[in-house]
Parts: sequence; C-alpha cells; structure tokens
Amino acid sequence: MATGEFAAHAVHAHAAPTSWIRKYVFSLDHKVIGIQYFFLALTAVFVGMFLSLLMRIHLIWPAAALPLLGEIKPETYLTLLTMHGTIMVFFVLTTAPQGGFGNYFLPIQIGAPDMAFPVLNMLSFWVTALAFFVMIAAFFVVGGAPLHGWTGYPPLSALQSAGPGEGLGADLWVISIALFCVGALMSALNFITTTLDMRARGMTLMRMPLTCWAWFITAILGLLAFGVLLSAGILLLLDRNAGTSFFVPLVTINGQLTGHKGGSPLLWQHLFWFFGHPEVYIAILPAMGLCSQLLSVFSRKPIFGYKAMVYAMLSIGFLGFMVWGHHMFMSGMSPYTAFAFSVMTMAIGVPSAIKTFNWLGTIWRGRIRFASPMLFALGFVSLFISGGISGPFLAQPVLDIQLHDTYFVVGHFHLIMGVASIFGIFAATYYWFPKMFGRMMNESMARWHFFITLIGTYAIFMPMHYLGMAAHLRRYSQLTELKYLHGLVPLQEFMTYAAFITIAGQFIFLFNLFWSMKFGDKASDNPWEATTLEWTTATPPPHDNFGGHIPVVYNGPYEYSVPGAPRDYIMQTDPEVVKAH
Amino acid sequence: MGLVILVVIWLITFISAYFFVAKTWWLPVGASAAAAGIDHHFATTYFLMGIVFVVSQLALGYFAWKYRDRGSATRQALYSHGNNRLEIIWTLLTLILFVGLNFMSSSIWASERFRPAVSDAVQVEVTGMQFAWYFRYPGPDGKFGATKPELQDPSSGGEGAIGLDTSDPASKDDFVTGTMYVPVNREIDVILRAEDVIHSFFIPAMRFKQDAVPGLAIHMHFTPIATGDYEIACSQLCGLGHYKMHGILRVVTQEEFDKWVATQEAGKQ
Repeated sequence: MATGEFAAHAVHAHAAPTSWIRKYVFSLDHKVIGIQYFFLALTAVFVGMFLSLLMRIHLIWPAAALPLLGEIKPETYLTLLTMHGTIMVFFVLTTAPQGGFGNYFLPIQIGAPDMAFPVLNMLSFWVTALAFFVMIAAFFVVGGAPLHGWTGYPPLSALQSAGPGEGLGADLWVISIALFCVGALMSALNFITTTLDMRARGMTLMRMPLTCWAWFITAILGLLAFGVLLSAGILLLLDRNAGTSFFVPLVTINGQLTGHKGGSPLLWQHLFWFFGHPEVYIAILPAMGLCSQLLSVFSRKPIFGYKAMVYAMLSIGFLGFMVWGHHMFMSGMSPYTAFAFSVMTMAIGVPSAIKTFNWLGTIWRGRIRFASPMLFALGFVSLFISGGISGPFLAQPVLDIQLHDTYFVVGHFHLIMGVASIFGIFAATYYWFPKMFGRMMNESMARWHFFITLIGTYAIFMPMHYLGMAAHLRRYSQLTELKYLHGLVPLQEFMTYAAFITIAGQFIFLFNLFWSMKFGDKASDNPWEATTLEWTTATPPPHDNFGGHIPVVYNGPYEYSVPGAPRDYIMQTDPEVVKAH
Repeated sequence: MGLVILVVIWLITFISAYFFVAKTWWLPVGASAAAAGIDHHFATTYFLMGIVFVVSQLALGYFAWKYRDRGSATRQALYSHGNNRLEIIWTLLTLILFVGLNFMSSSIWASERFRPAVSDAVQVEVTGMQFAWYFRYPGPDGKFGATKPELQDPSSGGEGAIGLDTSDPASKDDFVTGTMYVPVNREIDVILRAEDVIHSFFIPAMRFKQDAVPGLAIHMHFTPIATGDYEIACSQLCGLGHYKMHGILRVVTQEEFDKWVATQEAGKQ
C-alpha cells in the first residue's frame, strides 16, 4: 500500500495533548480509547457476573432473604436474566475484544499512528459509555428493569401492561441498545477504513496478523448487523410510545384491548436475529484471531494454514448472515425455510472445524511455552470444541423441537460465545498488559485464575446440557411447578456451588490486574519474543505509536523457528526476507 | 505445566463424557409416534459428535504435554506453514458429516411439519394466555365457533377466557377445558393461538414444541401412542408467571375419550 504512509501522516496531525481532560477523558488517542473501552467492559462484566450470581442463588434458595436486596421475586429473577444477557452480550463480549483490544492494537499491528478517524473513535466510545449508563439506569426507575429477556420478543417487550419492568425500564433498555448500535456503527466504519487505508508499507493484507483480520471482519459484520438492530429498536420504541403496530397484532392483556392491530411479532424476530446471529461471531471472531496468534507465538511455530484461517473467518462472516432462522425453528416460520436455514447452519460448522483443526496443527510439533496467555488460548480451544459440538444438535430442526429454549441452548452458547470469548479477553489481557502498562502480570496468580476458571466454567455449563436433555426449560424462576423438574434440582445446586467458586476466582484476576499495574515486574519491549509490530516499539508505545517513524514490513506475522535464522523468531520488520514457504 | 494441562483437559473430557454415556440425565420417555425416530437421530448425532468431542479434546491435551518446551532437550519446533491436502481432506470430511446429518434428519422434519394433519384427526384448539393454557373442542358439528378479542376475560376462565362468541351458531357445541384430553393412537390436529404475548406449547414426552403467536393460528400435529398423564409446559418467556404456566395432557382410550366428550356436551346443555 503506497498510500498508507501519506494517509497516516495526514490523519495524525493532532499533537500529543497536554491537558488532563484531553489526555485521559476526551482523548483522541486510540490507545487511551482502547483502555477506556477495556475498563467499561471490566465494570460491565462484574455487574453482569453479580446478576448471574443472584440468579444462581435464587434458583436453589428461592425464599432466601439477601442482605440489602431482600427476597428475589419471580419477576425480579426475569429482570436479572434480561439485564445479565444484555449487559454481557453488548457491553462485554462486543466491547472488550473489539472496542478495547482492537482499538489499542489494530493501528499498531498494521503500523499506523492512530485510527483513521480519531474524533469518531472518541465519539463512539462516549456514545457506548452513555448507552451503558442508560442501561444501568433502568434498574433505578419506577417499575425497575425489563423482564422480556435479552432477545426482547414483542408483544411482551412492546406493551407496558405485559409485566413489571415493561414501563420506563423497558424504554431505557431499548434506548440504550439503540445508542450502543450508533456507537458500534461508528466504530465499525473506523476499523474498516483503518485496515484498508492505514497499513504501513509492506503490510499487505496477507501479511496482517490474524488478529487484524479478525477485527476487520468483525467490523464488517458490525456495520451490516447493528444498522438492522438500530432500525428494529427504533420501530419497537415507536410501538411502545407512538401507537404504531409494527410488531404488535390485535391482542388483549388480561382481557384489556391494547389498541394495537396488524403488526407481526415474527418481524421483530427476523430483524433481531439478522443482527443476533452475526453478533455471535462479532463476539467470538476477535478471540479466534487472538488465540490463533497466541498458539503460534507460544508454540514457536508458524500458524498452521494461515490462508485457510483467513478464508475460514471470511466464510464464517459471510455465512453468518444466512443462518439467523435457526433461532426461529419453533416460531411459526415456514417449515420449508427451516430446512434451508438448517443446511446453512451445518455448513457454517465447517469453517469452524477447519479452525480447530488448524489450532491443533499449530501446537503439533511445536515447542510450547506455558505462559498465562497460552494457558488461556489452550483453554479457549477446549471450550470452543465443547461449545461447538452441541451446535449440530441445535442446528437440526428435528432435534431442536426437544432442545429449543432448554438449558441445552444456554449451555451451548455460554461455552462457545460466552466463556470462550471471555477466555479470549483474558488471554488478550495477560498477553498485552505488558505493552499497555509497562509491567508484567503476576504468573502464579494467573495460573490459579486459569485453572479455577477453566474447571469452574465447565462445572457450571456442562451440566446445563444434561438439564436440557431432560427438558429443563430456561428462564424458569421457580422449579416447583413442573413435576419433572424436581429431580433436577441437585444438579442446579451443584452448578450454583461451582458458580460461587468460579466467581471468587475472578477476584484473583481483578487483584492481579491492579496490583501488577503498580508492582509488576518491569516489562521489556518484547517480553514474549513475538514478531508483530507492537513488539517493535517502546513499552508503553509513544503517542504516535512508533516515535516519529513509520515501520516498513518485510515478513509475514508468523515466522517462528525458521531454519538457519539466528533466533527462533523473525520480526515482521526484519529486512532479512524469509524465502521458505 | 504440560502434564497438568493434559490431566485437567482429559479429566474434564472423561467426566463430561461419562454422564453422557451413562445417560444419568436423558430425554424423557417418548410417548408419540414421532418420538422413536427423533430419539434415534438424536442418538446418532450424539454418537458422532461425541467421538469428535473426545478425540479432539484428547488430542489437545496430549499435544500440550507432548510438545512442551523442555529447555535444551527439546528439538526446535517444526517450521511448517500448513498442509493444503490435509485442509481439503478435513474440510470435506466435516462437510459430509454435518450436511449428511442434516439430510438424514430432514425426512423426519418433513413428515412432522410439511404435511397437514390427516382429515380424520382429532381437533383441539390450544389458547395460551398469561399464564394458562385452555383447550377447545369443536363438538359434534366439527366446527369451531368464532372468538372475539373484546370478549376475552381471563378471570372468568373457560369459554370467557378465550372470548367465545356465543351468538355464533357454530360455537353452541364448543367446549373449553383446562386439561387436554386426547385419544391414544389418533393423530391430534393442534391449532395454536395466543391472546396476549408469545407462548410456546411444549409436551416433552410427545417431542412436541411450537410457539403460539398472537395473530396467528398455527396447525401442528402429533400422535400419542401410550395412555397416561403428561406434563405440558410453556417454553417461551411470557412474563412473570412463565414458570407456572403449565397443564396436563391426558391420553386415554378412544372409549374413554368418547365418554368424556359426551359428559362435556351434557354439561353444556
């Protein structure tokens, strides 16, 4: 890219800020914005985790009086799961990997001094932060937070009289999601432009680290998906407040006519899942990119099948827009379309399987160093396999008859979209913390954190598959009414105990994070002996990332253990060109 | 550390797989004509995906241990950027496995959902509302009378709850119950409606699940093959009482069913 250098200089005309507010609050620097996103997600993940803890407590001790909160009522349980899901999906799984680490490292890894549009970048963060405050505000308004689940199916989500929390709380919920979409759209534009226009000389697309490919594809998915959710959210807001009937047919609530008629509840489901399924890949693709990277770095081996990995991610992104109907097999949609969606869904399993194969191929005959980022990358692969194999069950409508809306689904998406992505975020934190904060995180604490989290999350989410096979439905606040649920309570109890331990383990991480910022060992510029551009610059990187010069790239990102080379890694900027392929 | 990883991943794999193989928790006993086919395909998928699960987890654990860095004793890592032939083989195998599974199950799906109920099927209209199921039978005329939203009054239960328009001649012999009675070995033509929000009609033992959507009347059929009482649940989040929206499906012999229908009709007079 010959244009890269000029564009980069032109854009990064802004000088390093001197005032505290412009430096740390309304900063234009992608690194500061990345850290802001990271801390927003960190706050959100602890809120979301706390909500899930309350849910687990309520499930096995429904009458327990909790300090400050009192007894959790059935409707409160539903608001907990709604807010847990929404906060985790939007403000953690979408925010940390892309907004956080993507923002910080995409420009550095492609050799750019900043994002293409720094002001837009600042704006997208602050709109996202505002969205988070609006979401949290829903807890504190009259009627409380909504109970319609993170999927917000109308008419339940469209009618104030449909349940507690469906008043102002539900309005705030929709407004927050709409704001989030606006922020995500701006961010997506920025990522795409940056990747296409700002790459340093020599950084061809096929020399980009897989992390950059993942962020790039994720941004394209975001651009196409969030626009649809934004429109759906606006229509829902109109149905709720302006008397329109996009999603609400002629219904009565408790015998009272609502004044709506002619709308289609299924229209919302189509719009929501047209966003919702790509969203799954928005959450997991950055983790895929990063873990590919880490398996290569810490196995001291080139990635197995770089091109196959890129094509697999591209086809996942492409197919990801054609499978949304598999969330709707039981919705009343035509059974013929179910068949088509099912074939597409099974097809998307193929690139996912290719990636797993290539990850195993990468560590095969490697020379593995078990640093904490590598532990989490290996954990990611294990979780991705476990969460992945339940996919082909749910993708077949005939099996989905029994499994739809049971804990089997909850177990499936928590393993693959929740925990696997979170492992990606942990891996990213341990891996890049030295570059971001200039110090190493504590390895002993990291190991404890890893094993507690790996075993703990399996102990929580694997039993959900057993529950689901036994037809245990999700979103049930009491297990007393259906007789066949009674025998499953011991399994629920086991999962709650596992949740206590796993959540306790997360405080090790939190402590390690803040403790290491102050007391960690000083990090060198390239502590992991990795090849990509962020490790060629100072720690932490200067305001313009490379201290006045623009790097030139000669090599691919995964040149490890090249025969005859003086070290077991060749930096992307090393002029000694690698010929072997 | 490589050994610890191997032990932990293998243990997780073996413990998880044990409960799947031992069937400690399993599908409820099937009691419909479709259950055997569905369960068989479930078992097939289960077996194949189980192999994929165990083999890939064991490989992951084994590689982590086998290829650990043992300092100077280790040879250098293999310098390889991959193998195209292996990629193609792997891609084709998974494609055949996944799409093949899909085509295997499509005939069951087709017989369940592509054809309407047979003409002599027993008709039952199921109406979901916050938080109850009501069941309407058409009576001797075989026709359902009209219902009107403005007549719906859940507090009155039964006919009032579903808003039955008694001025319609066809509704004179309709009757509405809180328990779903059906005869064994007859196909049941279920007509699903919802008054307020989306509900989902789930009878685990019948392998039957379908959303009831306001504004739509969805036809779906199943054939019970064993008498007895079976629990009905709501499987779509419908509001604060979602967990207690349940009912009973009572499968009886044809004689008992006819007698029950006659009693209901007599009660109407």
